[in-house]
Amino acid sequence: MMTGSSFFLSALAGLLACCIIQRYKLINPYILMVMMYVGINIILTASLNLINGYMGEFSVGHAGFMAVGAYVSSILTVRVFSAQYAQWFFPLALIAGGMGAGLVGMIVAIPSFKTRGDYLAIVTLAFNMIVKSAIENIDAIGGPRGFLGMHRLTTLPWIFIWTVLTLWIIRNFIYSNYGRGVLSIREDEVASELMGVHTRRVKVLTFVISSFFAGVAGGLFAHLLQFINPNSFNILKSTDILIMVYLGGVGSIIGSILGATIFTVLLEILRPLQVWRMVIMPLVLIFLMLFRPRGIMGLRELRLFVPEQYRKAVARWRLKRKKYDAVS
Amino acid sequence: MSYFLQQGLNALQLGSIYALIALGYTMVYGILTMINFAHGDLFMVGAFFCFLAATYLGFPFVPALLISILGVAVLGVLIEQLAYKPLRRAPRVSAIITALGVGIFLESFTLALTPYPQHVPALMTNKTYEWLGVSISTLQILIIALSLGLMFLLDFIVRRTMVGVAMRAISWDKTIVPLMGVPVNLIISVTFALGAGLGGAAGTMYALAYPVIDPYIGVMVGWKAFISAVIGGIGNIRGAMLGGFILGGVEIFVAAFLPSTYRDFVAFALLLILLILRPHGILGKPHAQKI
Repeated sequence: MMTGSSFFLSALAGLLACCIIQRYKLINPYILMVMMYVGINIILTASLNLINGYMGEFSVGHAGFMAVGAYVSSILTVRVFSAQYAQWFFPLALIAGGMGAGLVGMIVAIPSFKTRGDYLAIVTLAFNMIVKSAIENIDAIGGPRGFLGMHRLTTLPWIFIWTVLTLWIIRNFIYSNYGRGVLSIREDEVASELMGVHTRRVKVLTFVISSFFAGVAGGLFAHLLQFINPNSFNILKSTDILIMVYLGGVGSIIGSILGATIFTVLLEILRPLQVWRMVIMPLVLIFLMLFRPRGIMGLRELRLFVPEQYRKAVARWRLKRKKYDAVS
Repeated sequence: MSYFLQQGLNALQLGSIYALIALGYTMVYGILTMINFAHGDLFMVGAFFCFLAATYLGFPFVPALLISILGVAVLGVLIEQLAYKPLRRAPRVSAIITALGVGIFLESFTLALTPYPQHVPALMTNKTYEWLGVSISTLQILIIALSLGLMFLLDFIVRRTMVGVAMRAISWDKTIVPLMGVPVNLIISVTFALGAGLGGAAGTMYALAYPVIDPYIGVMVGWKAFISAVIGGIGNIRGAMLGGFILGGVEIFVAAFLPSTYRDFVAFALLLILLILRPHGILGKPHAQKI
């Protein structure tokens, strides 16, 4: 693991590189666009991985949170902030969108106290459809016609900042005390309750963090495309995010990065095949699942993303077990 | 009153299609505890088989229905053998994701072959009868009667025949049943064939009732059928039938008395309330959790 300061320095260097690329237009706009989509998808994948991979629930309605974030932040930048200052209020609008999504995530977390597995999948699925249907019925924000008028405020540096922030916060959350609670819920909910994990609080917190970042990703997405309609956040979008999570591997930050990158880039590379690319893509997924059922990096992590004290603790525990095995 | 009856009839028609598809979900879940997300797309393939049989081969209703049922059943078994069987010992979620992949594959493959929405020709002379101010067409009678017939047949198979006994035994306990000489793999294949065949039948009826079909009809109908299976208690066959009719009824009556754009909103909100009140579905029994 990099120490704090070297992490900070390399993040700063990356940000600088992004600023230079954006400012002097070093790469062509198409590749820039793909890079930005990769960033947004990494945020979405990592945040869904928090619920599906680390907590072991099966949430299938992630696009619903994205929709809430996208609409809240777009309404703020178009209707509330005046156009000339919209650029400066953009991060604020994104945070507001994320908080809106987080609030909704808190409500969705309540059914998860009682139900698990397939029934929770239904709850999140229904939530996704309810959000889509609700937006379609509110005429003030365009209804089924969609919402437009956003400026193109999403730039590569913003995507970079939010991606790094998301990964950093999720990693720190996972290796915190609460994070151990999340992992213990995945392994056995009843046992972790008995061991004193406040499962309800941990679940609500995880849902809120996850949906917050989904909302932020939605805001970035809206200000990149400059047009959103309820159909961009339907169940197919949720399925895409699910596939990215399980392609890369559950319970792994590097897995989220790999899954989102491979999925997005592969779809772009296959673009010359036109309709047949969506025939090839699922075949790739099926073969991957047959040979690596846990995804590319399932439950494994790059050293970079594991805090040092945690690795040392694991090493100490292994040594102890070795000694114990030698004695007995 | 007649308006109410008329909508009730429409609800019965939609509900029977949902119920037939929900049966496929619930049977596979009961035996493998796996959600077969490709099932909605099998239903779509059934509609397209009916379209092919009717347009290119010029078949009347009964052969078209049989082709659709058999074709989809074979496809279902093929998918089970190629994609799901190797994953039986893998984590549950990877089988679910594989199923999602198979579903997308079926959609895109059909889309690549038929890029435009297709119109299914009418396969029978459709007469409309008037009775008590309610108009009912031959097609509606046929759909409702045929689905009820298929459901009774399935219920009979599951409750009264040896295959059905074996199915229930496998869903009861997967480790001890093979030791009793039950051919588990064969029974699982039969389950997939039965479930997919019912999906194919539902596809044919859907294609006749709503004659414009495209490769994405299976997505929404499939998810809704899955929801019906969960409302009834997933894994429970009678529950799936009940859930299908309940969801069909809710959708039709919401659209009848409120603006039709509220249909999904109200239907899913009701579903959430139901799940909070009865987290295991109407007929499902909660599993005792071992500690």
